[in-house]
Amino acid sequence: MAGLGPTYGRGAMTNDWVDLKNSDCILAIGGNPAENHPASMAWVNKARENGAKLIVVDPRFNRTAATSNLYAPLRSGTDIVFLGGLMNYAIQNKLYNEEYVKYYTNALTLVNPDYKGPADLDGYFSGFNAEKKTYDSTTWQYQTEKQKVVGADGKEVEATVIKRAASLDEPNTIWSLLKQHYSRYTPEMVERVCGTPKDKFLEVAELFCATGAPDKSGTILYAMGQTQHTVGTQNVRAMAMLQLLLGNIGVPGGGVNALRGESNVQGSTDMALLYHDLPGYLGLPTDNHPDLATYNAKFDSTSYWVNGPRFFTTLMKAWFGNAATAENNFAYDYIPKSSGNYAWIPLFETMYAGKVKGLICMGQNPAVSGPNARLERKALANLEWLVVMDLFETETASFWRAPGVDSKNIKTEVFLLPAADALEKAGSIVTSGRRIQWRPKVAAVPGEAKEDIWILDRLVKALKALYKDSTDPKDRPVLDLVWDYGDPPNVELVACEINGYALDNVVDKDGKVLVEKGKVIPSFATIASAANPEAIACGNWIYSGYFAPADDGTGVSMPATKRRGQKDPGDLGVYPFWGWAWPANRHILYNRASARPDGTPWAENKKLIWWDAEQKKWAGYDVPDFLATKAPDAKADPVGKGLAAQAGTDPFIMKADGKGWLFAPKGLNEGPLPEHYEPLESPIANPLSKVQVNPVVKIWATDQDKDIGDKVGTFDQFPIVCTTYRLTEHWQAGAMSRNLPWLAEAQPELFVEISKELAAEKGIKNGERVAVTSARGEIKAVAVVTARWKPLTIDGQKVHQIGMPWHYGWQGLATGDVANDLTPHVGDGNTTIPEYKAFLVDIRKA
Amino acid sequence: MAKAMLIDTSKCTACRGCQVACKQWNDLPGEETYNQGSYQNPPELSATTWKLVTFHELEKGDQVRWLFLPMQCLHCTQASCVSVCPTGAAHRQGEFVLIDENQCIGCGYCVQACPFGVPHSIPGIGDRHKGTARKCVFCIDRVSNDLLPACAKTCPPGAYKFGEREEMIALGQARVEALRADGHPNAYLYGENELGGLHVMFVLTETASHYGLPDRPRYATANVFGQWLSGIITAGVVAALPFWLLFKRKEELAAKAERGGE
Repeated sequence: MAGLGPTYGRGAMTNDWVDLKNSDCILAIGGNPAENHPASMAWVNKARENGAKLIVVDPRFNRTAATSNLYAPLRSGTDIVFLGGLMNYAIQNKLYNEEYVKYYTNALTLVNPDYKGPADLDGYFSGFNAEKKTYDSTTWQYQTEKQKVVGADGKEVEATVIKRAASLDEPNTIWSLLKQHYSRYTPEMVERVCGTPKDKFLEVAELFCATGAPDKSGTILYAMGQTQHTVGTQNVRAMAMLQLLLGNIGVPGGGVNALRGESNVQGSTDMALLYHDLPGYLGLPTDNHPDLATYNAKFDSTSYWVNGPRFFTTLMKAWFGNAATAENNFAYDYIPKSSGNYAWIPLFETMYAGKVKGLICMGQNPAVSGPNARLERKALANLEWLVVMDLFETETASFWRAPGVDSKNIKTEVFLLPAADALEKAGSIVTSGRRIQWRPKVAAVPGEAKEDIWILDRLVKALKALYKDSTDPKDRPVLDLVWDYGDPPNVELVACEINGYALDNVVDKDGKVLVEKGKVIPSFATIASAANPEAIACGNWIYSGYFAPADDGTGVSMPATKRRGQKDPGDLGVYPFWGWAWPANRHILYNRASARPDGTPWAENKKLIWWDAEQKKWAGYDVPDFLATKAPDAKADPVGKGLAAQAGTDPFIMKADGKGWLFAPKGLNEGPLPEHYEPLESPIANPLSKVQVNPVVKIWATDQDKDIGDKVGTFDQFPIVCTTYRLTEHWQAGAMSRNLPWLAEAQPELFVEISKELAAEKGIKNGERVAVTSARGEIKAVAVVTARWKPLTIDGQKVHQIGMPWHYGWQGLATGDVANDLTPHVGDGNTTIPEYKAFLVDIRKA
Repeated sequence: MAKAMLIDTSKCTACRGCQVACKQWNDLPGEETYNQGSYQNPPELSATTWKLVTFHELEKGDQVRWLFLPMQCLHCTQASCVSVCPTGAAHRQGEFVLIDENQCIGCGYCVQACPFGVPHSIPGIGDRHKGTARKCVFCIDRVSNDLLPACAKTCPPGAYKFGEREEMIALGQARVEALRADGHPNAYLYGENELGGLHVMFVLTETASHYGLPDRPRYATANVFGQWLSGIITAGVVAALPFWLLFKRKEELAAKAERGGE
């Protein structure tokens, strides 16, 4: 997600599940849709009935590979080399969509001539500060020039404009930098680093890069296999760039499709259940934003983000109501300013250091799911109190009596609050495809279990009661927080607030009433155009409209998210009357790019939206992700604000220049182009440069001399590459599936999959118990000896890979050791998502 | 017009939704299992597992294939269980093969006779059978109320089709054609003709034996006359043998006596 934002403007799946049926070629790399997203295979199979091919690139031959047309193995942690190799192949063989690249990406843009890349600096980009392990991105910036232009008011003014070249191959164009950078990623290099046989790689390249043709579209499906690496964000960037080259973004059957691993994880990201964000991706203020003016200044003024300050105002009105006024900068000071990295790993390191008093764990099970889980379980013991809300007593709730733990030594007070299941509560959930669907409550909550909203409501009310007599200004946020959802709380009132409603009559600049007081707003366009946006309370601007009345296609009106209309005008699987997709019910993001620069479709069979010259607007089967009345030949206003600064051929409206970013001058910590670095624990020295590991990642080093600590293994001690994954039969950390007899019988215990070759070397028989060790710990599992794993030849030497599911723990019916006892405490250079997918181990008969 | 189910194994992803849905609809308990070195679990069909996805690894040169078969009672036209059942408990109801629990005496003949190893009784001491034989009932309660069988209803990748048998055969043949053209020369529609026609048919991408299915399933009582005849002949031979030996020895002694008399 953090890789998609800097490339396209939004960190979300570009297309939709149903849209997979429109694809000509489906590449699953770093995702395992058949096992982890079984329903997606209905649409994959539909596409294949129409002749589409399915390619799987994965360390192991999994259940998706079993149904594929083509499978290619690779070593876990080398995706950038593979994807860079594909980009190089597309460029060298001229399979890219040249018109798309020229108009819709920043390929023609000129970069500061002082920029140097890893080819010049042996693995580094220009601007690296070795002491701070950070980059100064000055040399990564676009070239600009001053131009005298005529402004909207007819007067001549001086404007700063981005310099673009006339042809792709001029010096310092992004295209030439990209081409030079990936010329190092040859098929031979792919074979050497990834272990993918060259002919297999070329088969994949030929098949997938053929989707660069205008009448073809190819899609990439990925999940945690891309993100859970020290280079996770750049892995995603590499996929996103490949799809720009091939012209696969914005078109039916194309896209970079992040298959979300949980039914509402897209919703939780949208609602900012992340340490660095606010709802609708507004971004949490940091120490760099001491006041509202500096915060507001962070929003691009030449994209749709020009409305960012308005969206922030309406969020503050939703949270603090009358206490948020123009005079107090809409309670800006109530929002905590982030001063560092509060991601998962630093959180548990802080807890390990004894600096965290209490933890509320809702539907999470870190005792099983956290990296270096032994260390994280030990960290839990430093808490004064722990609240777990879950359906079952999880390993986290029972960490104090885990095998091998002496409960006498644990002082943490643990509270287990029984929670309701998804079917036992009403509310909306957001699919990977950004479609929000309302679900009614269909079963009674058993026993003493309570719905989440009930628990949270009580918690907030108790907090408010605790502070009610305070006169301390720092307690104002708690006291001023608007909390009026009734008792018991009404989830539809929460939905109205998220959608946004009028606190007072909302008017336009001529005083015309847009939305009457008390009514929900129809769209975030109301916030953007209102003369008085402070009259709106909106909990999440991107959801504006999801709870507003809308036609379900049969003339019946209801909150948009509750609709189940089955009309599908273009027969492309858009289903615009089923639920509601953010933003503004647009189903395929950046769909302006589904048409040529002149506004006509790339091909009849890939027709989605097009410019209707008579009606002077964009027409088609999806809501345009573009200004509906902006003509293809509309010129950018060099001094204009917002979308006025962008031309009729700029499809990426959330980017400051309206282009897809093949080169990212900002937004990424380790460089503007994805470059391969080895995982923290790797079997080889990086063949591409002298920089072994992503230079900006933080490597924690707590208690490295102790039994439990942030220890790092080396290839001579741990000569096998290991990865972790999920199974169809179990769900995440297992609480919801390991307690169900039918699922427990299907996958009853932890196992480790090993190749026949490794089994022979180690004298291990199928079904025997084995011990797997890493620098962090040792676990026992059943060996599944299989032809589906094969040793790879990496940089001239034979390297074994093994893998295991991470679902298991000691609670429930299906039990097993915790696979994450083996994984390292290191994370991605941008998001700090842990490197669960590539680490070193050894294995022996138990 | 007979109904039938068509399972396209080329679309099956072994998610085992069908296996679980079967247990849910038919109220079958989970079994206690352990990992025996395979994803397949429970290891085989049983009195409490009527639907089981089986996993088969196949190495072809440097290519690996992982074949999945959602196995269950195939509701044969020539059903061995029906033919060997001494009480008529195993019977045909239209196209479906059912076992009437009230008439079943738990003799286990059907367990032995089924060429696919489908019916099972709850195991007793030693090799004896305890309780009645159980197997897939084709969700007859659902099907007779115009609902899809639970397994077909739940299949996420769309591997199941249910309808008129003739239509299922046509669909299956079309899929086989398409698969043969798409790199699967061994694609085959299993069940079109086997045992007089099965009512659960599979589209396979490899020969049946790679899925653990018999290439030529045999009807337990297909050659009743021949079996009886060979039995009678055997009995005759066995009975005649001592006499023949006796007469033969007598002749030999007589011959010896003749030679001795020279």
